[in-house]
Amino acid sequence: MSAAIDLSVLEAAAAVRDGAVEADEYAAAWRAEAAGDELGAYLWRSDGADGARADSGGELAGVPVAVKDIFCVEGMPTTAGSRILDGYLPPYTATAVERLHDAGAGVLGKTNMDEFAMGSSNENSGFAPVLNPWDPERVPGGSSGGSAAAVAGGLAPCAIGTDTGGSIRQPAALCGIVGLKPTYGAISRYGMIAFASSLDQCGPLTRTVADAALLLEVMQGADPRDSTSTGIPGGVGLPGAERLDGLRLGVPRELAGEAEGIEPGVREVFERTLATCEELGAEVAETALPHAEYGISAYYVLAPAEASANLARYDGVRFGLREDSSDLTEMYEHTRAAGFGAEVKRRIMLGTYALSSGYYDAYYGQAQRVRTLIAEDFRSAFDEFDLLLTPTSPTVAFKLGSRASDPLAMYMSDYCTVPMSLAGLPAISIPAGMARPADGGPELPVGLQIAGPAYSESRLLDAAHALESAIGFDGAPGRDRTTVG
Amino acid sequence: MSEGASGWESVIGLEIHVQLQTATKMFCGCELEFGADPNVHTCPVCLGHPGTLPVPNRKAVDYAIQVALALGCRVAPRSIFHRKNYFYPDLPKGYQISQYDIPLGSGGSLADVRIHRVHLEEDAAKLSHVGDTGRIHGSGASLVDFNRGGTPLVEIVTEPDIRSGAEAREWLQLLRTTLRQLGVSDVNMEEGSLRCDANISVRRPGTEPLGTKTELKNMNSFRFIERGIAAEVKRQVGLLEGGGEVMQETLHFDPATGSLTSLRSKEYAHDYRYFPEPDLVPLAPSQAQIEEARERLPELPGARRDRYASELGLAPDDAAQLAFDAELGAFFERAAELAVDADNRAVAGWVTGELVRVSREAGLEHPAATSAGPEAVAGLADLVATKMINRKTGREVLGRLVVEGGDPAAIVEAEGLGAVSADDGMLEAAVERAIAGDPGAAEKVRAGEMKAIGALVGAVMRETQGRADGGEVNRLIREQLGV
Repeated sequence: MSAAIDLSVLEAAAAVRDGAVEADEYAAAWRAEAAGDELGAYLWRSDGADGARADSGGELAGVPVAVKDIFCVEGMPTTAGSRILDGYLPPYTATAVERLHDAGAGVLGKTNMDEFAMGSSNENSGFAPVLNPWDPERVPGGSSGGSAAAVAGGLAPCAIGTDTGGSIRQPAALCGIVGLKPTYGAISRYGMIAFASSLDQCGPLTRTVADAALLLEVMQGADPRDSTSTGIPGGVGLPGAERLDGLRLGVPRELAGEAEGIEPGVREVFERTLATCEELGAEVAETALPHAEYGISAYYVLAPAEASANLARYDGVRFGLREDSSDLTEMYEHTRAAGFGAEVKRRIMLGTYALSSGYYDAYYGQAQRVRTLIAEDFRSAFDEFDLLLTPTSPTVAFKLGSRASDPLAMYMSDYCTVPMSLAGLPAISIPAGMARPADGGPELPVGLQIAGPAYSESRLLDAAHALESAIGFDGAPGRDRTTVG
Repeated sequence: MSEGASGWESVIGLEIHVQLQTATKMFCGCELEFGADPNVHTCPVCLGHPGTLPVPNRKAVDYAIQVALALGCRVAPRSIFHRKNYFYPDLPKGYQISQYDIPLGSGGSLADVRIHRVHLEEDAAKLSHVGDTGRIHGSGASLVDFNRGGTPLVEIVTEPDIRSGAEAREWLQLLRTTLRQLGVSDVNMEEGSLRCDANISVRRPGTEPLGTKTELKNMNSFRFIERGIAAEVKRQVGLLEGGGEVMQETLHFDPATGSLTSLRSKEYAHDYRYFPEPDLVPLAPSQAQIEEARERLPELPGARRDRYASELGLAPDDAAQLAFDAELGAFFERAAELAVDADNRAVAGWVTGELVRVSREAGLEHPAATSAGPEAVAGLADLVATKMINRKTGREVLGRLVVEGGDPAAIVEAEGLGAVSADDGMLEAAVERAIAGDPGAAEKVRAGEMKAIGALVGAVMRETQGRADGGEVNRLIREQLGV
């Protein structure tokens, strides 16, 4: 059984269906791994009652999944990493989790995250930071830092997270795993606690590209409870490509060659990966996304604007924290002052300001126009190219506390991932190699981001699969797992 | 006609909220039921739980399109929902989903009042405040009932085309009839399914610019709307004539005291920070859907009034009264169909005049819902038209029909109320006796002093207990006196 946890999700589910692996033992082995969490990856762990269902014969039969604490699961503590929801038990289950259940998967635990998904280091968790399994002095990235650390640290076979401006891809890159943000609308947002509704998207964090494809296929699909959900027309098959013959790959200079702040080590791995692409038969050429450099600015107007409304419901009236007062306004103020962390407050203030009468057009209106221009940039680029490549993160994992006091430096962590979010496009991060951080120390994982046109997930996953095979990344951060179980 | 001191014109626009009578709420599947126990019709969506999303109610959209069409509005090919942000315990999400820069309908009219816009939104929950302030500030505790939260609302905004409180009341009654005819709402002011705010300003007649306006909130009956507006117009004219100024503010009319209190306070000073609702896609009804909704429109009061006037030949006032009260109109149409001898005008006269008056005097709820059905009124109109009874007797019989029901001919027969007619000689004999009994009056009439004929007619009427036809009596007196 101890060997079973080394199987990919795809393999493990097949083994459970075939009877080669006992589902209960498999789930128990993962619960034991999760119980040994020293990274702060979990906020809550299942005691088995929420275990997987082997008898379903589904694609994920018997597989326990680590679920970002942003997904509501009926009767399971759900906080979105915020003190304001401490003790909240949702009365219903998110569609994405329901679909996992329907495929035979269980919930292994709820993973730590930046509060309401606002952050790129997981240091904004209302409870505790998460440590990077490759180096406990460094952050795992965020906001799905708990999910990424759990998968990379061998505490879960796979996880789901959410990505608003890079919150799946960036932690996946910093932890050396696969993270996929699907096309906006591919997976229902129902039951996913909202940060910025027009950007939020659920996706998998896995050890292999095939596992990401498997989880995506299980979760995707239009949902009558989410008017903006579309599913992926035609669905997603398992990727099998080993070559990139005939693919035209574009490298947007604004997010790669010309981008400031890309660490030399990251740049080197990225260049090497481009060479690998050519060896696999792809044509690689530079392209342009002229407005991509304004992505962060537009994002930090639009996302906080939506968040300022989305977070208004945490008012102490119906659920979650309430700081009592005899005066209504004071009750609101005290509850929200006590329940929200500094970054959440900062973004609520930013968003409220951006929507205020007299400022709306200069901020929100302008940011929407930039968003449209960025989407048009991508459309033009995809006239010439099948997929675009960039580094996922300008840097490898950074040290805990190193950017905590500098919000702008932190925001730049998502420089390469935000443009795809604004355009609603699918993008995947796969581990491309190891690089020494600029501030010294041992080598850390570097992520490659591959982005495609809307609903091109199958093409994206195929290319990622071919590169994964060619790169042969060793996904284990030096942990000896054979002693467990 | 404006109220208040002469020399001022009042300018009034209305904002009306109409709860749609759908089976379920605007953005979730919860049942809509008035008067249920608190918080039984709720779900994670309408309680604003984390992670929930709104899904528009197709029926509500359909109803709103019908309202827009019935008010002659242009239906936008693509309208969008916005979030209207403010904190209040009756608003679970901290924002109301409403429409803002592109409403579902715009640019219509009803009678001579132009419609600025028609849009869809969701209702807030219902608050009850413990204590005697009736407001949240200063109350010991407040209770929230989320049953109402999320009810589909249509907001109708008029242009400032109304000139008095009475006009506002009349127009609102026409709007209510129109909406009731559409079958989209209960339109009940007491239960809050029809709510009205008024924007009021005054100016010198013939001047273009509008004066500073005030907003009069939540008047919950037609009478209060008329009185509230009249009181506010009077207040503004008083201020201006006294050399003062009108301040832009929100006012509450207290029908008990007739006083107006300002609602200016923190809870009403909002920057709503509207922005497009990212959880919903635009409403884009197809042309076919709009045409289909148009075809389903019933005959509306305006069209019905025109038909009554042109096809049925009714007087304009009767046509309007019957058309704008759907039940009374239906009652009239049935009676007019059943009447054999009485013409449409006569039947309409009985319905709008006597039936309405008699039923009101009897304290009955609605003239169309008395014990006198359309058959009885038609029969009665026929009896009068054929001079079987005179109008006065007709009124008496109707009074009994309204309370007791029954057949008018049978009542006339049983009570011996039939007209004393010229045919059987009884009337001629009565006239002879009247002339003989008052030779002085007879002499004056002969001498051409026609005023004196009244005394003779009166005598005949006394003798016949009012059952004689006045015109016939007159004719017989003149005949017998040779004038």
